Amino acid sequence: MPPKSGVSRTRNVGYDDDDVYDDDDDYYEAGEDGAEAGDGMTADDKEQMRVGTMQIREALGEMSGFASDEQIQEALWHYYYDIAKSVTYLKNKLGIAPKQEAPRQEKAKTASRFDQAASVADQNAPATAGSTPKKKRNATTNGEKLAESVERLNVDEPRVRSKNLNVVDEFEKSGLKRMANFVVVGHVDHGKSTLMGRLLFDLKVIDQRSIDKLRKEAETIGKSSFALAWVMDETSEERSRGVTVDIATNYFETDNTRFTILDAPGHKDFIPNMISGASQADFPVLVIDASTNSFEAGLKGQTKEHILIARSMGMQHIIVAVNKMDTVSWSKSRFDDISKRMTAFLTEASFSEKRITFIPLAGITGENVIKRVENSAAHWYTGETLLEALEHIELPQRDLQKPLRLSVADVFRGDIRSPLSISGRIDSGTLQVGDVILALPANETATIKSIEVQDTPVDWAVAGQIPTLHLTDIDPVHLRQGDMVCAPNAPVKLVKAFTSKLLAFEHVLPMPVEVFRSTLNSPGGIRTLSARLNKFTGEVVKKKPRIIKPGEVARVVVQLERELPIEEGMRVVIRERGRTVGAGLMENVA
Amino acid sequence: MKLLKSQIEQKTGDGWVILLPEEPEDMWHAYNLIQEHDQIRAKAVRRVSKVSDSGSTSSQRITLDLTIAVTSTEFDIGSGQLHVSGRVAKENEHVKLGQHHTLDLELNRKFRLEKADGWDSVALEQLKEACDTDRRAELWAVVLGEGTANICMITEHQTILRQKVEIAVPRKRRGGVDGHSKGMDRFFSTTLSTLLRQIDLPNTASTPQAKTLPLLLASPGFVATAFLAYIRAEATRTTNKPLMTLIPTIIIAHSSSAHIHSLNEILSSPAITTKLSDTKFARETALMDKFNTLMRLDDGRAWYGPREVERAVDKGAVGRGGGVLMINNALFRAQNVAERRRWVRLVDRVREVEGGEVRVLSSLHESGKRLEGLGNVAAILTYPLEDLDEEDGNDAAGEEGESGEMII
Repeated sequence: MPPKSGVSRTRNVGYDDDDVYDDDDDYYEAGEDGAEAGDGMTADDKEQMRVGTMQIREALGEMSGFASDEQIQEALWHYYYDIAKSVTYLKNKLGIAPKQEAPRQEKAKTASRFDQAASVADQNAPATAGSTPKKKRNATTNGEKLAESVERLNVDEPRVRSKNLNVVDEFEKSGLKRMANFVVVGHVDHGKSTLMGRLLFDLKVIDQRSIDKLRKEAETIGKSSFALAWVMDETSEERSRGVTVDIATNYFETDNTRFTILDAPGHKDFIPNMISGASQADFPVLVIDASTNSFEAGLKGQTKEHILIARSMGMQHIIVAVNKMDTVSWSKSRFDDISKRMTAFLTEASFSEKRITFIPLAGITGENVIKRVENSAAHWYTGETLLEALEHIELPQRDLQKPLRLSVADVFRGDIRSPLSISGRIDSGTLQVGDVILALPANETATIKSIEVQDTPVDWAVAGQIPTLHLTDIDPVHLRQGDMVCAPNAPVKLVKAFTSKLLAFEHVLPMPVEVFRSTLNSPGGIRTLSARLNKFTGEVVKKKPRIIKPGEVARVVVQLERELPIEEGMRVVIRERGRTVGAGLMENVA
Repeated sequence: MKLLKSQIEQKTGDGWVILLPEEPEDMWHAYNLIQEHDQIRAKAVRRVSKVSDSGSTSSQRITLDLTIAVTSTEFDIGSGQLHVSGRVAKENEHVKLGQHHTLDLELNRKFRLEKADGWDSVALEQLKEACDTDRRAELWAVVLGEGTANICMITEHQTILRQKVEIAVPRKRRGGVDGHSKGMDRFFSTTLSTLLRQIDLPNTASTPQAKTLPLLLASPGFVATAFLAYIRAEATRTTNKPLMTLIPTIIIAHSSSAHIHSLNEILSSPAITTKLSDTKFARETALMDKFNTLMRLDDGRAWYGPREVERAVDKGAVGRGGGVLMINNALFRAQNVAERRRWVRLVDRVREVEGGEVRVLSSLHESGKRLEGLGNVAAILTYPLEDLDEEDGNDAAGEEGESGEMII
């Protein structure tokens, strides 16, 4: 930048070299991001493009006259040479049968970006996208020279290409093991993390060396009994305080099932995290401390709340691990007493009695976790170990055919090659590498660059799995925990208020509440109590009740602070002042 | 607010006052006082164009005293600015009768307010409250969670959300807790810098008399404690004297969520109320809590909603010996004069005829927002009344009796 006057010269002196380099760094990063969508048009591509164009012209038939070569090539490029998709797109664009508003808008937007890029690119190579707008912004101050140098820095990385698999077929062909995700719930300090640490250790997922290391670390701060829990509790906060704060995920597999453990925090402050974990699970494992008073304390506390939440998430089966049996010397009467009281409680929460499994065990010693208890005092128990029970549990049906729904549990930066990754459970549908997904409420699209399931790279993922998706073509600001990822052609509506059929656990008045929908947590309020319903038939018992008492079912209008993606049939949990006041089913938009 | 002059007829309520707003909160009082059709006289700047003898026009900005009849008011909570629009009610050499003008009421600029239909009891009460010069409680509060922070200013009459900080914090992942702790650090540093910008800490030398307001940090779990530790570390690291002096005033509290409405429970927790003594918001919150407890008992001694409460008053249940009427001051700001009269009458009746207690809750506090959800008015009765809501026929018969699958 040539200084025009004395004033600006002095200002320029102030610039130090670091500033320039800083810019350079930023610029490089931006360039790299863009390069993923880079313009490497190989000879292969060109050939494919040529053949594709011809095929599309045939497929379009009489309409072919309306579409220019350029449009066809754009479409091909956008759909990774998928002829069928390109044809539908072109037909839509040329004005035939626009079915849905949202996907059309979306497509129009992509196209316009391509137009822009196409005008820059040379005539033969149809389109380059992504990097152009970013360059403009960054190249303002440091001039052309820098821009050129960065142009050279661009890494040649091919665009993500879809293999166009039929994921449902692939899934059936693959003959994968059963996949089960379970959430470990229970009152604080009942030994959830320790039990899971033990399970992983005994299954040799965690080696002896790591355990020894953890044990040593735990001893140095005088908490040697926490060593096993530290397998799950990894942050310094969790270790120094000795409580789990956030969901910990871990995997193991047996001969016929691949398990994902979601270890939930028991402390009442972290119930939002527990809800987000429970929403990703197929069934809960409830851990109960058998020692005197602990069980009773839990029943008043989070044991109860966790059960209600798990049940309102639609889980049907439950395994109850009666933990710390070693402290009551494997007393049968204590176990029976706990089983009896828990059965009463669980059936009241409408778990069916034959879907409840009780197992006496000791997490710290590992008895009855995967190996049977050897203590002579426990010979009365001949049932399953925890692992056996896990293997035998029935799993819910997966909705592979329905449109894609994934609730984002975490957004993070993986490594240099995947600067933006999300993880979360697929509630329904399937996805594969190269798919374009729509993130709501931001309403932005992204491309899936690669998929990992249980830390292994895969080409596709199906409902019931909790994959990690590495994305491109989206800015991180558009993704948050609790967002909904769906297919661009079947988006979830954004709603500001909705009616819900609500089962009250506490008194419900019109009041400000927190609304949870799987991983989403948003402030909102109960606007009106429309009607009190009959618990069994669903008939209106009383219109506009002034209060809803615990145990009653009512239809209420829930108001959200801002528009959020919620769909009919989704389950919501309502909390107020740190207590779960109700759980419901979204009925329709209010 | 300073009351410079007043001339109000006791009997009829006719008359005017001259007020001088001194601090931002006074604007909120002014907003509550000024009604449609009232007359306001204040200094205004207006562009006046003149046509000279030769035919050329010249426009000029002049300062003049204007009297307008109010048509609407607009209050910006964040900046505490009040704009009053209306039509000129007294002609002078520059402006004609009926011309439109919007007055910006400013701090330390007096204005004269004349009520169109007299000063009623509620207005007088508000005036008294506005001119109460007792040292009012004020504090800063930050409601935190992992990745979100709401920075608010709590004063006697309002809770103002100054800024919301949202930083995406990655959650803990297997074998990589780095992302989480880095994210938390970034979140803390953003929150602290935002907070300092809002608080505007006094420079020790230049403004020695400036008061430091107490700061309340509240969060579920350990976030607030961690944030305090972060502030302490930052203050020592940067040897920031003003920040150091702030640290002793920091109060840590527990809240169940990071959302702003959990301020309610923080302010009613005993640990905080003892520190804040008897402030209006603490009283209001306690009252709402009492009401909720009675609602839960469901013995017919607590009712909410306009019609129900009016019926309860008619039956004389909100009277001496524990009857409390809670009313949101939003109702008195109603643009509709008849609507306002309805509520003023109700208040007068409870206070003077029945002998009950009347609490006007500020719509800007969280307790007022809760009351808003209940239809802006609620009452605690002296004796139980059942079925106050039953008599009014079937007004919404459109509800369908569909029988879907039950939730549980």
